[in-house]
Amino acid sequence: MKVLVAMSGGVDSSVAAALLAEAGHDVAGVTLKLWGGASDRGCCSVADVDDARRVADQLGIPHYVFGLADDFSTGVVEPYVAAHAAGRTPNPCVECNRHVKFDRLLRRALAMGFDAVATGHHARIERTSAGRWRLRRGADAAKDQSYVLHMLGQAHLARVLLPVGGLTKREVRSRAAAMGLRTARKPDSQDVCFVAGSDRRAFLGGRIPLHPGRVVDTSGQEVGSVAAVELVTVGQRRGLGLPGGTHEPRYALAVDVAARTVTVGSEDDLSTTETAVEGWTWVDAPAAGAVHAQCSAHGEALPATLDGGVLRWDAPRRRVAPGQSVVLYDGDVVLGGGTAA
Amino acid sequence: MGRTFSRPGAPGSGSLGLELGGGAGSLAAVERPLVYLDHAATTPLRPEAFEAMRPWLTERAGNPSGGHSAARAARAAIEEAREVVATCLGAAPGEVVFTSGGTEADNLAVTGVLARRGGSAVCSAVEHHAVLHAVERSGGCTVTVDAAGVVDLDALAATLDGGVSLVSVMLANNEVGTVQPLDAVAGVVRRAAPGAVLHTDAVQAVAWVDVAAAAAPADLVAVSAHKFGGPQGAGALVVREGVELEPMLVGGGQERERRSGTQNVAGIVGMAAALEATVAQRPVVEPRVRALRDRLVDGLAAAVPGCVESGRRDTKVASIAHVLVDGVESEALLVLLDEAGLCASAASSCASGALEPSHVLAAMGVPRALAAGSLRLSLGWPSTDGDVDRAIDIVADAVRRLRAGGAAIDLPAAGARG
Repeated sequence: MKVLVAMSGGVDSSVAAALLAEAGHDVAGVTLKLWGGASDRGCCSVADVDDARRVADQLGIPHYVFGLADDFSTGVVEPYVAAHAAGRTPNPCVECNRHVKFDRLLRRALAMGFDAVATGHHARIERTSAGRWRLRRGADAAKDQSYVLHMLGQAHLARVLLPVGGLTKREVRSRAAAMGLRTARKPDSQDVCFVAGSDRRAFLGGRIPLHPGRVVDTSGQEVGSVAAVELVTVGQRRGLGLPGGTHEPRYALAVDVAARTVTVGSEDDLSTTETAVEGWTWVDAPAAGAVHAQCSAHGEALPATLDGGVLRWDAPRRRVAPGQSVVLYDGDVVLGGGTAA
Repeated sequence: MGRTFSRPGAPGSGSLGLELGGGAGSLAAVERPLVYLDHAATTPLRPEAFEAMRPWLTERAGNPSGGHSAARAARAAIEEAREVVATCLGAAPGEVVFTSGGTEADNLAVTGVLARRGGSAVCSAVEHHAVLHAVERSGGCTVTVDAAGVVDLDALAATLDGGVSLVSVMLANNEVGTVQPLDAVAGVVRRAAPGAVLHTDAVQAVAWVDVAAAAAPADLVAVSAHKFGGPQGAGALVVREGVELEPMLVGGGQERERRSGTQNVAGIVGMAAALEATVAQRPVVEPRVRALRDRLVDGLAAAVPGCVESGRRDTKVASIAHVLVDGVESEALLVLLDEAGLCASAASSCASGALEPSHVLAAMGVPRALAAGSLRLSLGWPSTDGDVDRAIDIVADAVRRLRAGGAAIDLPAAGARG
């Protein structure tokens, strides 16, 4: 099979490329230049491209760089900024997979005559006896990335390979070390790749006005203040300008950017029995009935019943921050997902 | 250390009889010689250059600044090379400053003049980044070009005033090949900013244009050895008598205090030999390559639907075929060409290797969508009829496959909701 491997310069995609080459596939590597200038650090840095290129050299496969900054800006960064401006908590990795890796890149690869695009994501793609494609959690529960891949449908899964999904991170690193790949001990990437130094305030502040806001309790009484309502996430406890000590913990219950107001309340107030979800996509047939649902990248999947687009939780849980992806599972099989309203 | 993978297949050999690369890697199903049409990026070392360099890479050693016999021999070699380079470029030997290449020469021209004289810099909007970024960094401004990429003389005149100390207009453009009317540019500069120094980046011109004549009106002229059959890592800046500039590199005071650092003896000797051969053979090579280029562009236009030549051919150097392919993405096209063994390029690459939107095409008014499908095939002294024939076939086939492949995709639209 002719495969284009998206190589970020990290260890997972390095090993993905190595495994495919070892298996005898006709492999080429590509690194996406999505953001930033010619900087030495941070996402899409020259150093990362160099790592990917050197690994490709070592594997004896061609390596290319695609500049998809326009698509990344339109499909990922602008919606990220707009979501924050609306007081929501976006998940840019999901949008990057949806719009850039498994759309823009996949389309280009297919047009170029590749049979598939491979990445270093920790998740597993399988074919059922009925000939349907299935997306499962990665073998390493701690590194599972199926959550950010939930938008992949049958047509995508037929053309995507995730070679390291069946390995633990430890196994990936030991494979890389055994092959002498220079990325074997490279640290895992963290946070939102395009926000330098994880400084959301600086990143967003340079793009949208950030507004100071009042923090009020459920009776409407002002109890504190925040420097920027756009940076508050529903469920957040710290950084709300509330006095500590004798009070019971209080959490952000709602963010109203237009009114420059954050409403806080107790853990009980934060508790909810249902979550409305919009923009569903399905791996195969639309789900219904009993499911498990995960509402953040590293959150726990909790039992719920899907009822006409609304999730009714089996037990009360904390409110889901609007903008977060809600991903449904049957055991470790991804059913699909959407966005918390 | 662990094992490494070996590359499948043996390296390909170029049509030059030189090994130009590792073939198209594992994607090349069949071993074929490379078709190398990226001479504007770098052109193979001329045999004359290699022979001249060989002793300085092997048995001979010597720092030209030293005092003993070996050093004197090295000094003699670079001074002899300086005379050759000076003659070929229409300069006096003392006006030639050896540098590490074209970028350093351009940087020295822009930064060196501004540092010495103050004032501001002006350049054309289609300059190579070595000039453009130096001018932008100094806070200077750019001058528009017409649809062929020729600098707008009225706009230039309007931009100039007594505060401008440096004007930089390239002799031949590296992307589309447009040759600038340097005489006319010089006329405007002398009238509108009589005190300004005129620099020209002649890096892409040397192989195809008589630089001694064409760059005569310029006060500073930058050249790079590996664009005309010399080695990478060698270049020169002609600094006309009386033009003063501040050195960028200080230290031992080499090159008459204009560029410190031990001279690259082998590189300089190789550059001189390549330049001498280039100038001697230009009357034969230039028309031959021009005919090949014309056939290549016409052949592409005929074989590839939606393929048009950028700019205007009568303003271009002989070597550059630059076309815009409608509805095709350069990045994807270049990969298919590479797989098929055709070495080509598009716009300039950034440090990571990603293609940047071309500032040259933007300045020429080419819409961004059309510019995204640009392809530069640049010929060189070793190029053959066979290269042209195969390049036309390979490009036509790659474009056909990309279009067919794109049309056959049956993915749902991104974000399509189930």
